Amino acid sequence: MSTQASRSAARVMLAPAVVVLLVWMIVPLAMTLWFSVQRYNLLRPEDSGFIWFQNYANFVATPAFWLAILNTLLLVLGVLAITVVGGILIALLIDRPIWGQGPVRILVISPFFIMPPVAALIWKNMFMNPTNGLFAAGFRAVGLQPVEWLQDWPLVSVILIVAWQWLPFATLILLTALQSLSSEQLEAAEMDGAPPLKRFWYITLPHLARAITVVVLIQTIFLLGILVEILVTTNGGPGNESTTLTYLVYFEAILDTDAGTAAAGGVVAVILANIVAVFLMRAIGKNLDA
Amino acid sequence: MARAVSTQRKALNTALAWGVALLIAFPIIWTVLTSFKPEAQAVARPPIWLGFDWTLRNYADVERQRDYFDYFWNSVIIALGSTALGLLIAIPAAWSMAFVPGRRTRDLLMWMLSTKMMPGVAVLVPIYLLFIWTGLLDTRFGLVVVIMLINLPIIVWMLYTYFKEIPAEILEAARMDGASLSSEILYVLTPMAIPGIASTVLLNIILAWNESFWTIVLTTTDAAPLTKFISGFSSPQGLFYAKLSAASTMAIAPILVMGWFSQRQLVRGLTFGAVK
Repeated sequence: MSTQASRSAARVMLAPAVVVLLVWMIVPLAMTLWFSVQRYNLLRPEDSGFIWFQNYANFVATPAFWLAILNTLLLVLGVLAITVVGGILIALLIDRPIWGQGPVRILVISPFFIMPPVAALIWKNMFMNPTNGLFAAGFRAVGLQPVEWLQDWPLVSVILIVAWQWLPFATLILLTALQSLSSEQLEAAEMDGAPPLKRFWYITLPHLARAITVVVLIQTIFLLGILVEILVTTNGGPGNESTTLTYLVYFEAILDTDAGTAAAGGVVAVILANIVAVFLMRAIGKNLDA
Repeated sequence: MARAVSTQRKALNTALAWGVALLIAFPIIWTVLTSFKPEAQAVARPPIWLGFDWTLRNYADVERQRDYFDYFWNSVIIALGSTALGLLIAIPAAWSMAFVPGRRTRDLLMWMLSTKMMPGVAVLVPIYLLFIWTGLLDTRFGLVVVIMLINLPIIVWMLYTYFKEIPAEILEAARMDGASLSSEILYVLTPMAIPGIASTVLLNIILAWNESFWTIVLTTTDAAPLTKFISGFSSPQGLFYAKLSAASTMAIAPILVMGWFSQRQLVRGLTFGAVK
C-alpha cells in the first residue's frame, strides 16, 4: 500500500531512535568489556594495562561475592513472593463490589509513585528505628523488646521496603487482568457447585497466569538493579549482610575507585539480567502476535 | 433475603478493602502527618496521632536550610527535558513503525525493549568515566540525555500501541487530499493521538522524576534533583523526623497526584502492552 517515498521517509524518521539506542547500548557495553580486562583504578589512571581475566578473578574473590549473589537472589525472590501473593489477594478483594472502589484503588497504588530514597528513609527512620520508630512503639505497647531491624534483620528490612514499593504495581496489573475475566464462567462454575477455592484454582488463577508472568519478569528486571534502597538504609551492612550484586559493583566503582573490577562485576550483572530478559522478551513477543 | 446477605457481604468486603488500602498507604499518611508536627512531638513516645500542635515550620525550615527549590527545579528540568527530548525522537519512530511497518518492525521493537533490560551497574563505569571526560558530570544536560535514553524504549512502545489504534484510512484520506508528510503528522495524526501522547508524557514524567540510580550517581550539587536531596537525609539529619517528613512530602506530592491520574496508562506502559 505504502509508496516508495513514504517508505524511505519512514526509514528516516526511524533513524534517530535506532541510532541513539544503538549507541547507548553498544558504546558503554563495549567499554565495560574493555575495562573488565584492564587494570584501571580511577585514582591512578596512568597505571593501567591489559590483565586478561584478573578482574573477574578479583571480583569473584571479593569476600562479599557469593554472599552478594545469594542476597540478590533472596531479595528478588522475597520481594516477588510478597508482591505476587499479596497482589493477587488484594486484587481479588478490590475486584469485588465494594463502596468507594476509586479511593481504595488510589490508596493502594500510591506507594508506587514514591521516589525510592523517600520510601527507604521513611521506613528506616519512622518505622524501623529501634528507639523512635513506630514498630518499636508497637512492640513496647505489648510489652516486647523492640527489634533492631536494620542491625539484626538487614536484608529482611530491605526486602520489606522494596516489597512495599512494588506491591501496588503487582496489584494494579493483576487487577487489570482480573477485570477481563468473564463473570459468566465463574457464575457457571458456582451454579455447578464448585467451592470458591476450586473456582479460584481452576478458573481465576489460569486466567491470571499471563499477568503473573509479566509481573514476575518485569519486577525481576527492576529488582536486580535495586541500589538506593540499600544505599540509604544499611549501606550493604552490617558487614556484608545486605550487600547485593548491584551494590557490590557500585562499591567497587565509586567507593573503591576500582573501575576494572567494577566492570567485571558489571559483566556478571549483564549475564544475570540477560537470562531473565530472554524469558521476558518471549512472553511479550508472544503477545505482539496476538 | 439474598439481597440482604449480599449487602452485608458488600459491607464486609468494603471494610476489609478499606482496611488493607489504608494499611498500604499508611506510611505516606504518617509522613504527611509528621511533617506538620513540631520536632519534639514527632518522636514522642507513645506516638501522637492527631492531637499535636499543627505547624508549618518544618516546611519553612527545609526550604531555608537546604535550598530546596534548587533541587526541585533540577527535578522539573530533568523530568520535562527528558520527556520532551524523548517525544521528539519517539513520535517519528512510532509513527513510522505503526503506519509503514516493514518486515523487521517487530524485531526492531523487541530490540528497543531489550535495551531497557541492561542493568544500570553494567554500564556504570563507562558512563561515569564518559561523564568525567566530557565534563557532563553533575550537569542537567547530561542527566536529561541519560534519563531520556533509559525511558526512550517505553515511550516508543507506548506511542506505538496508541498509534496502532488510529485507523490508517484516515491518514490515507489526508494523503489523497494532498497533505504532505509533515502536515499529515502535524494536523491529522497528532490531534488524534493527543490522549495517547498525554498518557505517555504523564508516565514518563513520573518515571523520570523518581529515577534514583543515575540521578544519584551522576550528580553532586549543581544538577542534583530531589532524589539526591532526600538521600542526603540518610544520616544524621534523618533523625529530624518532622523535617525529613516535610522534605519527603514536598518531593512526592506533585508526582503522587499525577500518578493517581495515570493508573491505566501505567499498566499499559510498564507492561509494554502485554497487559491491557
